[in-house]
Amino acid sequence: MSETTQRPPAAASPPGAPGTGNGAWAAVRRGLGSFGRQREATVFVVAVALLLYFSIRYPSTFVSSANAINLLSENAAPIAIIAIGEVLLLICGQIDLSVGFVYTFAPFVMYFAITYYHVPALLAIILALLTGLVVGWVNGFITVTLGVPSFITTLGTGFVLEGLVLTTSHAEPVGIPPSSAGIGHWIGSAPWSQFIWAVILVAIFHVVLTRTRWGLYTISTGGNKLGAHEAGIRVGRITYGNFMICGVLGAFVGLQTAFYTNTIDPSAGGYTPMFYAVTAAVIGGTAMLGGSGTILGAFLGAIVLSTLIDGLDIAGVSANPLPIIFGAAILVAMIVNVRLARLRGEGRSL
Amino acid sequence: MTAATPQDQAAAGDVLRAEHISKRFGAVTALVDVNIHLARGEVLALLGDNGAGKSTLLKILCGFQLPDSGRILLNGEEVTFKSVDHARSLGVDVVYQDLALINELTVYHNMFLNREIVRWPLLKNRSMRRLARQRLDEMGIGLKSVDVPVARLSGGQRQAIAIARSMYSDAKILLLDEPLAAMGAKEAAIILDLIREQKQKGDISMIIIAHNYGQVLEIADRVNLLQHGEITFDKPARDTSVQELNDIVIAEYRRALEERHGAA
Repeated sequence: MSETTQRPPAAASPPGAPGTGNGAWAAVRRGLGSFGRQREATVFVVAVALLLYFSIRYPSTFVSSANAINLLSENAAPIAIIAIGEVLLLICGQIDLSVGFVYTFAPFVMYFAITYYHVPALLAIILALLTGLVVGWVNGFITVTLGVPSFITTLGTGFVLEGLVLTTSHAEPVGIPPSSAGIGHWIGSAPWSQFIWAVILVAIFHVVLTRTRWGLYTISTGGNKLGAHEAGIRVGRITYGNFMICGVLGAFVGLQTAFYTNTIDPSAGGYTPMFYAVTAAVIGGTAMLGGSGTILGAFLGAIVLSTLIDGLDIAGVSANPLPIIFGAAILVAMIVNVRLARLRGEGRSL
Repeated sequence: MTAATPQDQAAAGDVLRAEHISKRFGAVTALVDVNIHLARGEVLALLGDNGAGKSTLLKILCGFQLPDSGRILLNGEEVTFKSVDHARSLGVDVVYQDLALINELTVYHNMFLNREIVRWPLLKNRSMRRLARQRLDEMGIGLKSVDVPVARLSGGQRQAIAIARSMYSDAKILLLDEPLAAMGAKEAAIILDLIREQKQKGDISMIIIAHNYGQVLEIADRVNLLQHGEITFDKPARDTSVQELNDIVIAEYRRALEERHGAA
């Protein structure tokens, strides 16, 4: 709107006059300005800078299709997919600490169904995903209906799931049931399949968050729960739903990793992927306060994290200081977010 | 229902009547046998001191709370509001002073909250943006852009949007809780104009809770004063004045002071 009022003077300046240079420069600045206003801008710049740095520094090892698969598909995709669920919950003003244990448990559900109950592979995979749905529902029930803070709820359900995995598996890894290998190819074992799923899911949920009622109500629930309720939005149902989405995505990533690594491992998953996902969400521009967040940002955040993991490994840096970098990244991202939110609040021009 | 009494016939023109409403909270008596009525297209100002029971009465009228006794008639028929949603579905909407807007959402999303225009599964943002713009312009609410989050707007602009939203809902009866609270003269003027315009259209009836009677007398048709849970004053706005209302309130303060100091 305001841009249109600025345009006529620029267009009116005679061609070749010094004014045209200014006009073009103004257009670039305007473009940069609107880009800078996007919440994903910072993390996008960081992701590109890191990728460029490692590509230039280690052209032979970093820039290879094997490493690209390793970075984007094996490392970034699982973080990004779980981060979708966490972003939706963080916007709702909730968090899911249990999702990493859904990740661990879901492939075992598939394994038990196929091995002990002779369930067809596709049905077993659906059962595994349903497990995530049920865990999400239980998290929703305890948080929304019984009124326990989600941090505690999901801490509890996470432990329960961990115990279920260890008890039922006797803490031993098992192989992928042969009947499921064919579908597994599509889910996670084919090269790039994890990344392609991540891109598809990120695209879908980005649209859900920004262009549908569900997204609008998710933001409303976290932004002003009472106000949303007064407007007739069923905030409980929205929260339940997002817990269930997060659970299913966790189960899906668990299956992907099982197929990719060709083993169902009781020590896979756990807190690490969950915390990586929350980290990706936070450095991508999702506040922990509820009411705002971006799935695209979380996707870029996942790429930043996995570029650091992968790049520093290639650089021969020990993995030991990596958590220091992640910790600093979280803190810097949050400080920038808080400051930017304050600046944005002060005026449109920023 | 029962045989028509003269009172019922008098009520025929009223869109909303609350009769013999009482409400207690433990030892505190909030409302005592309150009778209130609202004619079609009327703007009723409900005035009273802090703690006089204005908010309690409003919460009963909007379905947030049930009275201990008494009944509510909507267009002459007795109703029991089970919830705010239920009352809203019957055309009674409330605009709270603690605004029900979502700070993080844009002006147009707020205006269409829970009444979005959708081509499933996607929101028709462009249509909503255009309509929001058009409606706000019609109402004379000057906003530079409907694309900004409402967090960036002033208190008056936010209140205006909350009221505009209710006016464009199916509400026939609007209950406004302190719509002018904490507002400068310029911002209050926006709201007063908004209410005046709706009044001229004549299809919405309103109860406005307010502290500042100078402002409300401008737009109200009738004034009710609530003191210690009782309606003590009911006059057409043109038959009263700020002076008269002031005197009543000052007398009340004087009485309270005397009681406090035990003066005879």
